[in-house]
Amino acid sequence: MAKYITEINKNGNVAVDDNILVKDIPATAGSKMLESFVPLFSATAVEKLTAAGYTLSGKTATGEFGLDLYGETSVNDICAAASLVKEGAVKAALNVDLNGAPRRAAAIEGVTFIKPTYGTVSRYGIIACACSGEQIGVTAKDAATAAEVLSVIAGYDEKDGTSLKDVKDIDYNCDAPTKGMKIALVKELYNENLDAAVNAYKAAGAEVEEISLPEVFAAQTAWQILYSAETTNNLSRFDGVKYGHRTEKYKNIDELYVGSRTEAFGFLTKATILYGSDVLSKGRYEECYDKALKIRRKVVEKLTELFGRYDALLMPAYSKAEFEGYPIAEAFEKVFDESRYTAAASITGMPAVVAKGVQLVGDYFCDGKLLALAKALEKEEA
Amino acid sequence: MKYELVIGLETHVELATDSKLFCSCGGHAAADEPNDCVCPACAGMPGMLPVTNRHAIELAVKAGFMLNCKINKYTTFDKKSYYYPDLPAAYQITQWFHPICVEGSVQIGDRTIGIKQIHVEEDAGKLVHDDATNTSLVDYNRTSVPLIEIVTKPDFRSSDEVITYLKKLKAALQFAGISECEEGAMRCDVNISVRPEGSDQFGIRSEIKNMSSFAEIKDAIEFEKVRHVDAIERHTEMLVQETRRWDEAKRRTFPMRNKETAADYRYFPDPNLMPIVIDDEWLEEIRTSMPATAEEKGQKYVDMGIAEKEAAVLASDAKLCAVFDEVVSLGREPKSVASWILTECMSRMHYLGIETLSIAPAKLARIIELVDTSEITRNAGKKVLAAVFEKDVDVDKYCEEQGLNAKVDSAVIEATVDRIIADNPQAVADYKGGKVKAMQALFGLIMRELKGVGDPAVIRSLLESKLNA
Repeated sequence: MAKYITEINKNGNVAVDDNILVKDIPATAGSKMLESFVPLFSATAVEKLTAAGYTLSGKTATGEFGLDLYGETSVNDICAAASLVKEGAVKAALNVDLNGAPRRAAAIEGVTFIKPTYGTVSRYGIIACACSGEQIGVTAKDAATAAEVLSVIAGYDEKDGTSLKDVKDIDYNCDAPTKGMKIALVKELYNENLDAAVNAYKAAGAEVEEISLPEVFAAQTAWQILYSAETTNNLSRFDGVKYGHRTEKYKNIDELYVGSRTEAFGFLTKATILYGSDVLSKGRYEECYDKALKIRRKVVEKLTELFGRYDALLMPAYSKAEFEGYPIAEAFEKVFDESRYTAAASITGMPAVVAKGVQLVGDYFCDGKLLALAKALEKEEA
Repeated sequence: MKYELVIGLETHVELATDSKLFCSCGGHAAADEPNDCVCPACAGMPGMLPVTNRHAIELAVKAGFMLNCKINKYTTFDKKSYYYPDLPAAYQITQWFHPICVEGSVQIGDRTIGIKQIHVEEDAGKLVHDDATNTSLVDYNRTSVPLIEIVTKPDFRSSDEVITYLKKLKAALQFAGISECEEGAMRCDVNISVRPEGSDQFGIRSEIKNMSSFAEIKDAIEFEKVRHVDAIERHTEMLVQETRRWDEAKRRTFPMRNKETAADYRYFPDPNLMPIVIDDEWLEEIRTSMPATAEEKGQKYVDMGIAEKEAAVLASDAKLCAVFDEVVSLGREPKSVASWILTECMSRMHYLGIETLSIAPAKLARIIELVDTSEITRNAGKKVLAAVFEKDVDVDKYCEEQGLNAKVDSAVIEATVDRIIADNPQAVADYKGGKVKAMQALFGLIMRELKGVGDPAVIRSLLESKLNA
């Protein structure tokens, strides 16, 4: 499967996912809907990278709108960016993490990825789905390289209303000593992917303690509600009127809408839109969306409390790399199942780092500490 | 049985900001051609993010102060979803959960009209239907233009109360610089029902959408009153809760076949816009920047020596006030200025069918100065004013070209009088024979010769004394 949807420069050293805008370069977000869409401006993160002397290699494949975790519903190679990094074809890649897809890809390919603290990297120029949680993150061969690129793209952006002003104070130095750090292993999510990491941390002099955190399942359900609702709303702009795919068969505006969207969206996107419409509808808002917002606050409280005692949470980033074929009608549920590993960081906006196949989640603005933990792991397991 | 009207209003007002609500595009006024004033943000393109215009928030708070509202210190923006081509992102950013102002009131005579809330929202674009090619075109110049919607409680009992409220609201909004309230920039939805007088129940309500002329609003209310009462008393139709529109040509309301009204808008808080926290300091800053209200302004004019009635007319219109204040500040005498604005300017506006006064204050000041110092006659002044209104002429240049200077050489006047008398022996003879009217004919000839220059009273007495000599 093709790794690039659009190639820009064979000698470029950074790949950019196709749901991040680069001026004048087509941006499909992996969807037939945007086959012909050429953006008028670049994402702030892209501007910052090129201003710092990095060159773009091309637009890497993603699942449709970044919703897909498996690639089962997508013709695209959803590990495209991670595998380019693994091959050494590029130094780093920018990806949108909205439901854990790049975290999962990095874990499968054995490279490093950081989803930074929400609000520290501008979201201006993302083909948005889940504005309240999605973030641009960096895939790189190791923590030090990820830290280098992240420090370039991070910072306040007046074009993003949720961008945080005092970001410059965050330290992306990943050389902090990890000896004596306390890591909590989340019992509910344990799988054998974690064993090597636990041994490596113990060898490096960090403490690993098992904790129970059933809130991860509440986070999983609540995040599905929030991201689906926001995705429904954000994708409603793709209506065939202004740009993107337009059906040839229409006699009035309703047929234009329905025909264009039916033809252009894939199954998972449609399922997400239906689910998102339901949770926002009259009478359902209070019991679904509003409740999900309350759960978000509860999860933040619980994690904040844990971070008073622990430096990071250790959990897997995925269940298994390969999936046997399953009926496409199950795609939405499959994605939901798999998101148990990634939802806590998505819904809280807390930073998460994937390295050596495992995931570390930390407190707000502790991106540097997570990168240091990732670096220790890379060193121990090398 | 006697019935009473129960009316509530939703008034949309365009805010007088320099840019749109969530991007830096100028307001719609900055656009000459369709889609002249659009950027990726207000066109709802992917990748864009909204950033709130602080000035719009301040203007909404000012409106809240004016209408005695409670200002919510924590206010949010929410998304309202529906599909229509004039809404490029298929959602409108509005305030649903935490509107900026609530629980206000306005005094209309001895009646108090409750204000339920004021919220800030973005406008939609405009569809243009081209019958020739059977296509619809979209103009996004208006998308994201900032509006406030002022929602009253169902406290109006007559169309007169509604119009009084709207006039008062318009004047107050203009005064505070909240809205210019230009033609069409103030749009009303009228919720109306009738009930037996004295009842505390509500009848079946109809909502008449999107009217901007006060006359239309009044007519629509009167029409609906008759329609509702007829339906109740004479069973002419079955009343249903519905949305209607006023058809000015047919002079009646019609039900709207509008799917939008039945839609579920799926409101939810906009995650791209942080809640706005209005702290005491900001609130105080806004409060102290409030200009005088219409009442305060009117009182100030009375104190300047202007009659109460005239002061009230001036104070009811921000444009009149602005011109008045400016001309007075240029050194003209207030009473004289008031008279020029309220009689001469308004009669010109009436003659030309203009609703808002637009004249360079410096030109009006110069005309008044020339008249008050007897450089030109008042009639000549009116003539200049007309030329300024119609062709925006330069005052001094125009006076010179037209020879309006009243201080012409008295020798010239006398010579002209003598010549006309000499040239018209018959008329002179008629006058001396007792035909008083003959003098009027001579006077007319002299005035024509002098092209309206010179003081008519002086000329008339000069002519009279010569004829009687």
